[in-house]
Amino acid sequence: MPLRKRSEPSPDTPAIRVRGLEKVYKMGVERVRALDGVDLDIARGEFVAIMGASGSGKSTLMNMLGCLDRPSAGEYELAGIPTRRMNAARLAKVRNERIGFIFQTFELLPRATAIQNVMLPMIYSRKHAFGARGRAKSALRRVGLGDRMRHRPNQLSGGQRQRVAIARALVNEPAILLADEPTGNLDSNTTTEIIRLFTDLHAEGQTIVIVTHEEEVAGYAQRIVRLRDGKVFSDGPTGEDALHLAYLQSMAGAAARRAGEGASA
Amino acid sequence: MIVVRLLMQTVVLALGQIWANKVRSMLTTLGIVIGVAAVVATVAAIEGLRGFVLAEFETFGATKVFIAGNVPQSKRGVMRWRDAALKIEELDAIERHAPSVTAITPHWFAASRVEYGQNAIESARVVGIRPQWHDIENRQVREGRPFNVLDEEQRRYALLINARAIEELNLPINPVGEYVLLAGRRFMIIGVVETLEISAMFGGGESRAEFFVPFSTAMILNPNAVISYALASMRSPQAAEDTRTEVDFVLRSMRGLDPEEDATFNVEIPQEYVDRFKALSAGLVAGAAGIVGISLLVGGIGIMNIMLVSVSERTREIGLRKAVGARPAVILVQFLTEAVVLCLMGGAVGIAIGQAIIVALKQIPNAPLEHASMPMWAVALAVGFCAVTGVVFGVFPAIKAARLDPIVALRHD
Repeated sequence: MPLRKRSEPSPDTPAIRVRGLEKVYKMGVERVRALDGVDLDIARGEFVAIMGASGSGKSTLMNMLGCLDRPSAGEYELAGIPTRRMNAARLAKVRNERIGFIFQTFELLPRATAIQNVMLPMIYSRKHAFGARGRAKSALRRVGLGDRMRHRPNQLSGGQRQRVAIARALVNEPAILLADEPTGNLDSNTTTEIIRLFTDLHAEGQTIVIVTHEEEVAGYAQRIVRLRDGKVFSDGPTGEDALHLAYLQSMAGAAARRAGEGASA
Repeated sequence: MIVVRLLMQTVVLALGQIWANKVRSMLTTLGIVIGVAAVVATVAAIEGLRGFVLAEFETFGATKVFIAGNVPQSKRGVMRWRDAALKIEELDAIERHAPSVTAITPHWFAASRVEYGQNAIESARVVGIRPQWHDIENRQVREGRPFNVLDEEQRRYALLINARAIEELNLPINPVGEYVLLAGRRFMIIGVVETLEISAMFGGGESRAEFFVPFSTAMILNPNAVISYALASMRSPQAAEDTRTEVDFVLRSMRGLDPEEDATFNVEIPQEYVDRFKALSAGLVAGAAGIVGISLLVGGIGIMNIMLVSVSERTREIGLRKAVGARPAVILVQFLTEAVVLCLMGGAVGIAIGQAIIVALKQIPNAPLEHASMPMWAVALAVGFCAVTGVVFGVFPAIKAARLDPIVALRHD
């Protein structure tokens, strides 16, 4: 008897397939359309940045992609598995086995050591019940914290904390890595450090979706999806994204001005 | 396997949480600690008292029945005590017609002079009994033989004595076959019965010299003497009620008493006192259990309160755990386990304190509490109660935690 043998998705199945996704919140008597018919495909191995002003629905979309919330309408398939009819327990299992979360505020357990924090998802996993410690160690080494395993969050810098969180997200080998403003609480040096880690992971074939409002961070992604009023406003490779190009130009201009000022001084 | 692992992790987690909030946890469980300690000590004290009293009653034996003539209040002055005394025919009737009575013997008492050589006891306790006495009274015949039917029928001058009598009369170690003078007649010692230790509670005190003679022989010594009381045995300790009814019926019909009339006899069954005492102590234990129930209720509310605090304090943590894949049921079990562990720790501390109280109680001089000890069932009950309290009062906060929306929980601050 095949034991829990799920139909493994074929390599060309997209990691994320979203069709007509809607989310309506009731705020008192008012109904707020946070998502209003979003279509989105993210292939395996892609590195996508989701951008948008606050209230554009990017956080809501993130929650949907992360199976933390259920859409009011529409379809969402994660690695070929439709999630529409899943109950809370099944969604928890999907989150556990297929999704790695990275939060702006890290969300580490303050009293647990780095390795204990990384082991957290495996506590709830059937698949990864054995060898949890070894897996956690290798995940921590992967993010460059091989020498900080027994440190508690308050003994670590902001960048190190986010690395622990990334190790935790990676430890169950998720189909997608979802990062919600992962650099929002970090200084620019640390931001670069963390974003390099993302590009490295991407180079190894990890599918990454990152929500950010920083053009600089989005610049590292292959593709930028912009949301406005709950709809996809633009979607294309980073090199073709008009707003991003404008940003790069303004940055180049500023750099040039600074260089000019430096020369004239 | 996965369940055991998860449960172990949950318990470790719960212990960690409790350790992290030591003072809070301690204060929270105080209600349960005090409740359990109080009930454990109370139950142990009651059990100790019970053990003491039952041990006292045990010296009687569980199947003994005492029957004696009695002049009831309504007949004082009209009836003489001598007339109320039991007759040997009445005893025979009881033996024949009361099926619950397996054996019966009269007790006839006299205080007579007993001599052996140079030694004499002025007023020795002489008891006239039938051979059935040996079946009722569990007193071993150490030397020689017991009374038999021939001794009774042939009115032999046979004598059973106890060790104390050997001492007092300076008889040989094995006095069987020796002759002593009792009330001026020669009696041959046919056996030695063991000395009975009657507890101080029933006026036995130290043992004294005893001389047993066949009842029929006793009637020769003093034809006018009356039967002080009859000692009978019933077929089982549970037959007390039947025995009472049957003896009552036989004696009433022989004495021509109406059913409403006051009886001119008494039937005393020590086992009935034992039963009544057992019921009483069971009632006391139940009362103590009720008190512990109330204190556990109060303690449980404290636990619920602290668990609610814990859930709202750790909302973000719950959100995170859910985000990384904890199912609602797992969160529920986690918080439930924490409540139960908290209660069980309180229970354990309570049992320890209770045990200390028991040790202290035993030090009280002259209190009949040497037998005080915590019965295992009380420990099991206390632990069970605590676990149930944990579940009952932990379930509401746990459900609250399990139902938290992960997004809302993660945004909580």
